[in-house]
Amino acid sequence: MSFVLSVNDQAHIIEDDGETPLLWVLRDRLNLTGTKYGCGIAQCGACTVHLDGQPKRSCSIPLKAATSSQITTIEGAEGEEVTALRNAWGAHDVPQCGFCQSGQIMSAVALLRQNRTPTDTDIDHAMSGNLCRCATYNRIRAAIHDAAAQLGQPA
Amino acid sequence: MTDPAAKTPRFSLTRRRLILGGSLIGGALVVGYVAANPMQVAGAVLQGGGADPDPSAFGPFIRIAADGWVTIVNKQQELGQGIHAGLAAIVAEELDADWDKVRVIDARSNFRAYGVQMTAGSNSIASNWDLMRNAGAAARSMFVGAAARRWDVPVAEIHVRDSVVSHPASNTAATFAELLAEASREKPLQSPVLKQVHDYRLIGSDRVRRKDNLPKSTGAQIYTQDVQRPNMLVAVVAHSPRFGGKLAQFDASDALSVKGVVDVFAIETGVAVLAETTVAAMQGRAALRAEWTDTNAETRSTDDLVQYFRDTAAGGTDVEPSEFQTMGEGYDSPFDGEVAEFSFDFPYLAHAPMETMDCVAEVNGWDVSITSGAHLATIDQVQSALTARTVPGKVDIEVLPSGGSFGRRGNMSSDYLVECVRIAKRVEGRPIKLMWTREDEMASGYYRPMSHHRVWVQLGSDGFPTRWRVHIVCQSLLPVGPNFTATEGIAHSPYFTTASTVDGKIFTPKFPVIVGFWRSVGHSHTAMVMEHVIDQLARRAGRDPADYRRVFYEKAADSRRLAVMEELCRKADWGKPLEAGWARGLAIHEAFGTVVGQVAEVRMMEERPVVRRVISVVDCGIPVSPDQITAQMEGGIGFGLSAALYGEVTLREGLVQEINFRHYPILRMNEMPAVETHIIPSVNKPTGMGEPGVAPIAPAVANAVLALTGRATERLPFLNRAARNSAGFSL
Amino acid sequence: MMARLPTLWTWRRRLRVGLLCLLALIAVVGASGLIYALYPATMPETGPLHSRLLPAEFEHLRSVADFNGITDPASRSIAFFEEAGRVIEHPRCLNCHPRTDRPTQTDDMRPHTPWVTRGEDGGGAPTLRCSTCHQAENFAASGVPGNPKWKLAPIEMAWQGQTLGNICRQLLDPTRSHMTRDELLHHVMEDELVGWAWHPGGNRQPAPGTQQEFGALIKAWLDTGAVCPQ
Repeated sequence: MSFVLSVNDQAHIIEDDGETPLLWVLRDRLNLTGTKYGCGIAQCGACTVHLDGQPKRSCSIPLKAATSSQITTIEGAEGEEVTALRNAWGAHDVPQCGFCQSGQIMSAVALLRQNRTPTDTDIDHAMSGNLCRCATYNRIRAAIHDAAAQLGQPA
Repeated sequence: MTDPAAKTPRFSLTRRRLILGGSLIGGALVVGYVAANPMQVAGAVLQGGGADPDPSAFGPFIRIAADGWVTIVNKQQELGQGIHAGLAAIVAEELDADWDKVRVIDARSNFRAYGVQMTAGSNSIASNWDLMRNAGAAARSMFVGAAARRWDVPVAEIHVRDSVVSHPASNTAATFAELLAEASREKPLQSPVLKQVHDYRLIGSDRVRRKDNLPKSTGAQIYTQDVQRPNMLVAVVAHSPRFGGKLAQFDASDALSVKGVVDVFAIETGVAVLAETTVAAMQGRAALRAEWTDTNAETRSTDDLVQYFRDTAAGGTDVEPSEFQTMGEGYDSPFDGEVAEFSFDFPYLAHAPMETMDCVAEVNGWDVSITSGAHLATIDQVQSALTARTVPGKVDIEVLPSGGSFGRRGNMSSDYLVECVRIAKRVEGRPIKLMWTREDEMASGYYRPMSHHRVWVQLGSDGFPTRWRVHIVCQSLLPVGPNFTATEGIAHSPYFTTASTVDGKIFTPKFPVIVGFWRSVGHSHTAMVMEHVIDQLARRAGRDPADYRRVFYEKAADSRRLAVMEELCRKADWGKPLEAGWARGLAIHEAFGTVVGQVAEVRMMEERPVVRRVISVVDCGIPVSPDQITAQMEGGIGFGLSAALYGEVTLREGLVQEINFRHYPILRMNEMPAVETHIIPSVNKPTGMGEPGVAPIAPAVANAVLALTGRATERLPFLNRAARNSAGFSL
Repeated sequence: MMARLPTLWTWRRRLRVGLLCLLALIAVVGASGLIYALYPATMPETGPLHSRLLPAEFEHLRSVADFNGITDPASRSIAFFEEAGRVIEHPRCLNCHPRTDRPTQTDDMRPHTPWVTRGEDGGGAPTLRCSTCHQAENFAASGVPGNPKWKLAPIEMAWQGQTLGNICRQLLDPTRSHMTRDELLHHVMEDELVGWAWHPGGNRQPAPGTQQEFGALIKAWLDTGAVCPQ
């Protein structure tokens, strides 16, 4: 089957089975390898991408269900929230092995776009779907608060 | 006639040899590398027939570009612990390089150029401390020599700071970039004077930060999983569902009919399915029919194994114990008087790193080229060579950072790497990417071994032990030799100092479940045993747990444990009351040369401990990167707490029950306690930091639970499978 | 001295012979080890194997006619509801009728991982919606179940930890069920999220019977006065 997929503002024609998880289309067909395979069953969040701005686990979306959406991966993430978060990630030395961090950033971006002044509980709610085996959680939390402070209230 | 001068010395290093660097047989003779002859011979043998890295005037670890940027080669594997920054900081300190103009690249496997490449035992800083300092200082001496020559001033009057060489007396200065050509022609000092601790400007400062934050937050960092090669095939392997099972027969017809599947064949470890894409390979494997022979396989369940371990400790099986520490007359005789008895059961634990096992390999005749997060590159080279029927020097490993490992990638049999080479050998000339799914990884073993501990303590009238008996049942991680990885942390414990006899025995059963190195290794259970027993003994003696410990540490003249505990008690407000329902638990443990103390603040919620905050103090010698020491403490606590609360791999008739995060929960954001880390200042040589933070958290929590409920913890995890599954229980 | 020389000689000889033997032994062990390690192993080749299909197990519901033997109308009504209760109290249904803000999952009804909460509309917190993972259909590749309406029942409709009698009274109370009896009947017979319980995908055990059989039992229960068990 042939599908048209809009990824990072670019249209791609994909020849594949409609049941193929979006994750593997991104990784194997489009070489967008910043989106990681961690568990394949939507438990770890390493494969988080945005569909129309909403965070989604790309391992759990069939290709056929992703064709009507604007897909954003870590490679195409941009905007003030993304910049603020990346700066904060560096300032706090957040990553260790770094493998989960694409997914963490994608979830954090979605959080800050909805909520510019997240509390610890808001962060727990938004981020608990993203596992970090190195347990960098405290630094992720601090970096999100930091990025939120940098961004200030939306005008 | 032999010229005596020609034999001299292994320490003499001519400029020519240096420039040629590793291309000589004595390739280990490079800047700052004072290797003995056997090492050179080993290097020549191991790396025979192999290529060497581009020669650099400044030795294998340092390259300096025309713009003055310093590139430092990281010979260890970066698996999250920040070693790339730690080692580079040591070099940059002695080189007096501008840290902001230092970049780090990862070394390929090359014994001749870099010596042993094994990232294990929290040893990377400790074992490369002298090597890296000398490498930096020797290169620095070349710039000093070049400047002295250019300005015609004495070497002693020259200063170097932030990549600028200066002669203050004449107000002259030049950058590394300006002096580069001349410096690269200088002869390095063979035994350069190294800095004193108080002279350090970079080491120990908050400026030592990771250099990989940006690629790791933009998705640009390439891991093995991300490697794409022209003409590459993806391989997925069907393994025996039971440990020790063997492939009997298989039918590939359905697998081969899956679109994209290219080849299906049997290898030593199962059936390999090769396809053009990862999904096709996975679907091909799902369509494969295979039958396995379980004649030599493990078919017992976890409950059977727990009973078997308990029977073994009681002398009820044919496993003979060996002594790991005995002391005093009649240590074997029965106890009398007041005896305290303890029993512990620990489960198998999986590493579950975020990146599953993966490897890219291509075999071309004698040449094997591998790209992987190879943990023990030197061993991986040898194992791959054996598999591909070539010599280790012909195996070239591009070592990538890995998405964690926690010991999984560091095993003596290089299991997944060898599996990939086997497949690549069958389809010579074509690159193969071996992908393991999460299920493959979690069912594959190399677990932290399960263990059973029995402890008997005879107590004197003062409430302190007069006799100790510790019997451990645990599989060994090594095929031969003493089972020391099960006794580390108990053998020669300071808590034995008040006793006149010690009877330490280890029972080492052998069966097919594969066990391996799991972050903190034996300490992952021995710290729990000793620290939880001590709190129970303190309680029995009516003493405060810290006061009780102090007596042992003073008797053992263990000044490091004492210092860590005193600082910990101050920082954690030990002895001051907490709100109702909360309690503190304390644990102090030494692992890999590092002493860590932790106090956990805990309450009980529906029979389960909830940890809100952990205060930790560490003595790891000279702190190279305080920021990364703190990061490892946080990570170690998260990792240890995950295991203590939930970690458990169980077998049902030999089949692994926990094969993904659904059944093997990992600590999540909402469960992570706040962590406060304090580093004891030290002038001692640095010791390990990757693992020691893991061990004390379980006993710290157990000791807090003891304080809250009066109940001892006799098994981990706190929440076993049944409790996790109970409907009424909410996380 | 003279007398000791031969002894010394013998000792040296012995040592040399011993060392040579040891070296030879090492060489032999090494060589055989290498041969063993390098000897090409024979591997099985592909051949026909028949897959063994496990017979599927279905749990059936008793039909309305099966209750004709009960003459007392109230007892019959209760019996209808108790039979329908096999569906209501099945993990496929209970998992999304939790008494806390967090669903359960699997036949064991474990707490849901990852840690999710119901949010304002039962569809999850705004930043971690159910739809982050659950799509419009069950997805075989990831094993994650799906339905366009995937969400939790309102907290007033918590079933977990309730007796069947209490669940029954809850269903009949419009302030909690937010449904009239007609709407209730329509809900159990037509609602696609309810219908998911019989087509859960993956290796999940479906609810007993079919949605039609379940609907027929509820209708019969309503028609017989909707009497609740104690």
